[in-house]
Amino acid sequence: MLRVDIHKRLGTTLLDVTFESAGGVTALFGHSGAGKSSVVNMIAGLLRPDRGRIELDGKCLDDPDARIHVAAHRRRIGYVFQDARLFPHMSVAQNLDYGRRMNGLPYDAAEEDRILRMLDLEALRLRRPGKLSGGEKQRVALGRALLSRPNLLLLDEPLGSLDEARKAEILPYLIRLRDQEKVPMVYVSHDPDEVRRLATQVLRLEAGQVIARGGIEVLPQRRAAPVASEQSTAL
Amino acid sequence: MFEISETAWTAITLTLRIAVVATLVAAPLGIAVAWLLARKRFPGKVFIESLVHLPLVLPPVVTGYLLLLTFGRRGAVGAFLADHFGIVLSFRWTGAALACGIMGFPLLVRPIRLSFEAIDIRLEQAAKTLGASPWRAFRTVTLPLALPGIIAGMVLCFAKAIGEFGATITFVSSIPGETQTIASAVYALIQTPAGDREATQLIVISMILAFGALLLSEWFARRAVSRMRGE
Repeated sequence: MLRVDIHKRLGTTLLDVTFESAGGVTALFGHSGAGKSSVVNMIAGLLRPDRGRIELDGKCLDDPDARIHVAAHRRRIGYVFQDARLFPHMSVAQNLDYGRRMNGLPYDAAEEDRILRMLDLEALRLRRPGKLSGGEKQRVALGRALLSRPNLLLLDEPLGSLDEARKAEILPYLIRLRDQEKVPMVYVSHDPDEVRRLATQVLRLEAGQVIARGGIEVLPQRRAAPVASEQSTAL
Repeated sequence: MFEISETAWTAITLTLRIAVVATLVAAPLGIAVAWLLARKRFPGKVFIESLVHLPLVLPPVVTGYLLLLTFGRRGAVGAFLADHFGIVLSFRWTGAALACGIMGFPLLVRPIRLSFEAIDIRLEQAAKTLGASPWRAFRTVTLPLALPGIIAGMVLCFAKAIGEFGATITFVSSIPGETQTIASAVYALIQTPAGDREATQLIVISMILAFGALLLSEWFARRAVSRMRGE
């Protein structure tokens, strides 16, 4: 269970966000500058809230009043960034194994195999990040985050830097992830179609405030252009 | 021409020893200073930056004299080192290594600093979300990415140490077998009527060493770029 109640001043914007997530995909939806990325950065421990509290599975991660701030590397929260951020000096296999090594986790061949198969990564293992396409990089970033066995997975516009064709290529993997993995996810996006297909809970953010919350019905009306159905692109 | 004399050979091995020690001792400090200058903002940063670059612009004789004042037997630091640890630097090869390390320091720091500045700090953030402590993130991500820059800086510092003359001769003089490096041996030889042949030998050798070091440094700098691109 993730409980977030954070307040932070960011320039002229006052970020004020409260939500809970028991699992599934919680989408933070809004235009750029709404404060979505700041919220996930605070959950990850990369940014500190001014006030409030962040709690994951009963453990307090942030509470400035009580002087609590658990460092990012002790949170066991996976993070997939918009720009993948693969380590360029390591092979794909070394990138994938990084989280397990840093957390001192035992090697689990079955688990690795399962995740590599889910994300179709076996063929990429020996490649260098510089030789991957944008979509492949994001799949490796997803695998890398999952293999660190996180208690929560944050995804900050993971499709944001990809063209439409690549988005269509990755989205089915994210749907698989949602349906097959038990790890709860917080998904940041400004694309209503993406959120509609993935989210189990939606928070609409505007200028740092939650203006609507609920299911996908809180999203703006569907665009006129036809959107490929989930069925047609699902693997 | 290629029969190297005893004196020349001693100067060559001594120079290499001094240059290696100077580079190896200066490197960790150089990495720390380069990291501070690349990543941190703090009061007095401009002062540190100027201090690091000072040996480049000061006349080497002045640097040598300042070293003598500070690290000489009666200097503030020199007296302390001699009384408490029995370490004497003036007129010793270790003093020559100190002078060379200081003269090479700006050349060491610059490529390392540029390497650190070129590394995306967000990669360290990614490492932290994967469970790496700040120190391990530095060790496993930043340091390996900066490695070609670190080696390029070390090669430049080494090359500078091989050619260093002014500060060294002022601080430790030119004692054959103890502090007479290639540069000070050449200087002594060209002042002797029969020293031309030996001097030429040493000049050719020092040119080969310096040119080789620059080529190597350039190669590592190129390597840094492809490493950063993940190729």
